[in-house]
Amino acid sequence: MSLDVTDIRKDFPIFNRTVRDQKKLIYLDSGATSHKPQCVIDAEVSFYEFHNAAVHRGAHQLAEEADALYEEARASVARFINASIDEVIFTKSATESINGIAYSMGNAEIGNRFHIKAGDGIVVTEMEHHANLIPWQELARRTGATLTWFEVTPEGRLDLSPINDLINSRTKVVAVTHQSNVLGTVNPLAQIVARAHEVGAVVVLDACQSVPHMPIDVRELEVDFIAFSGHKMVGPTGVGVLWGRSELLIELPPFLYGGSMIESVSMEQATYAQPPQKFEAGVPNMAQVVGLGAAVEYLMHLGMKNIHEYEMKLTQYGLDLLQKIAGLRIVGPTDLFSRGSALSFTVNGIHPHDLGQFLDSEGIAVRSGHHCAWPLAKKLKVPASTRASLYFYNELSDIDALVKGIEDAKKYFGRFDEPR
Amino acid sequence: MQRNISGGLMSLDNLYQEVILDHYKHPLHKGLSATFDAQVKHVNISCGDEITLNLSVSDGKANSITWEGSGCAISQASVSMMSDLLVNKSMVEAAAIMANFVELMHSKGTSLGDETILEDAVVFAGVSKFPARIKCALLGWMAFKDAVLKTNK
Repeated sequence: MSLDVTDIRKDFPIFNRTVRDQKKLIYLDSGATSHKPQCVIDAEVSFYEFHNAAVHRGAHQLAEEADALYEEARASVARFINASIDEVIFTKSATESINGIAYSMGNAEIGNRFHIKAGDGIVVTEMEHHANLIPWQELARRTGATLTWFEVTPEGRLDLSPINDLINSRTKVVAVTHQSNVLGTVNPLAQIVARAHEVGAVVVLDACQSVPHMPIDVRELEVDFIAFSGHKMVGPTGVGVLWGRSELLIELPPFLYGGSMIESVSMEQATYAQPPQKFEAGVPNMAQVVGLGAAVEYLMHLGMKNIHEYEMKLTQYGLDLLQKIAGLRIVGPTDLFSRGSALSFTVNGIHPHDLGQFLDSEGIAVRSGHHCAWPLAKKLKVPASTRASLYFYNELSDIDALVKGIEDAKKYFGRFDEPR
Repeated sequence: MQRNISGGLMSLDNLYQEVILDHYKHPLHKGLSATFDAQVKHVNISCGDEITLNLSVSDGKANSITWEGSGCAISQASVSMMSDLLVNKSMVEAAAIMANFVELMHSKGTSLGDETILEDAVVFAGVSKFPARIKCALLGWMAFKDAVLKTNK
């Protein structure tokens, strides 16, 4: 079944508006945040209008309804990634999820399998988004662990050749992105996971740019933790997911303390609930979780396989047309092999910030800069690039508009140049 | 190329005037001096604009302002114009010009700038309508300010 994008776009109210003086909104920034279908907006609003109550705390009817909706959303997310319910934890965002794992490990005492001491190893990659880099830098700094990393090749792939040295018997954590938000590169997890498990390390997967775009099965991937954000997968802002293997979540200490996550409390100490409650302190972001549940149902209805197939068609079209533009260079893989729908590029003679500004005047939304991956930008010697990130509500004509915009920009910024 | 008179492209034309693109393509005072009284390095973290600036002061005047850097047209043109405007001015005059420019940047499109004080730099008036670009236009000026502070130490 292939997607009818014209039909799908009708689900998204934001496409009814215009920008920059009645221009059509050509939104190529879904890597930063995605738009929401009416059903997600309705689910969140409906929670406040009809079912609003504090979950896990009441015995009255509203509380029952709120509980049911909240736990239904959890069940939907669990189904979405083929996890069990007790393994799905709701946070505020993927950034919070990853920070949470790092803080939890930092809280782990001697004897706990997650205890990290001086000389232990944490392995990341050069292409990480700051959210999956800085928490690990800080954990290493606090514990005395050593931070090392896989390097990136000029083609935008990971150099896995030193894998047996990098991931060794001292390694406790390997944190890696599933799909680069800049390059589009989808990393080869099987090899990394196998080696990590061989030495007893856990694999933390930044799935922010993969969960929204392709079918994800955590059992198949065999990773130990994944983090993703609702707002990048047509869900609300302010909600994220942390998934972890059951047995790991039982041993992992909490990172947020307070109400809901306890079993018993005295003045001197507390004991903690089982996962997932152990990691959900306080009254949660209930309306947002319910919205995420609706987003996940919407995506499952379309089918992640269908979404991925359509995006590949868009991405190939984009790669083909963009590479025909004189002076344009793709930053990242130039073919579809193990690659997602983020298209970053440079154009000779036009700084990404200026290109972005020009495209904006044509109604085209892209992102310019280092895209929260500064070390990657430095390594590839591309301090700034322009990124067009696609999603299943983009049309082929959006890419046509982007290409025309770039050609127009070249003329615009060259308009005062002396003719040769 | 068609222009929509009431539209986004006219604002864009106000942003990218000929003088600005000219300074971007042919920047003035670019190339770091061998000696300096103060050197600073500033970066615009949101977009990757960066600049290194050398300042030499004597008799209370900025007798040499040179720089190196890379970045968007707005940032690079602004440094170029700033360095040409402030070189050989007294520190007091330079401070007054800078205050005027900063005020123009924060004017939200309400001011056309004072040409008697800012000379060519009034062309940056259009930047104040694009909040995301104000930091670009101020990059070089903030670097200069920092360099002056360093020479005072």
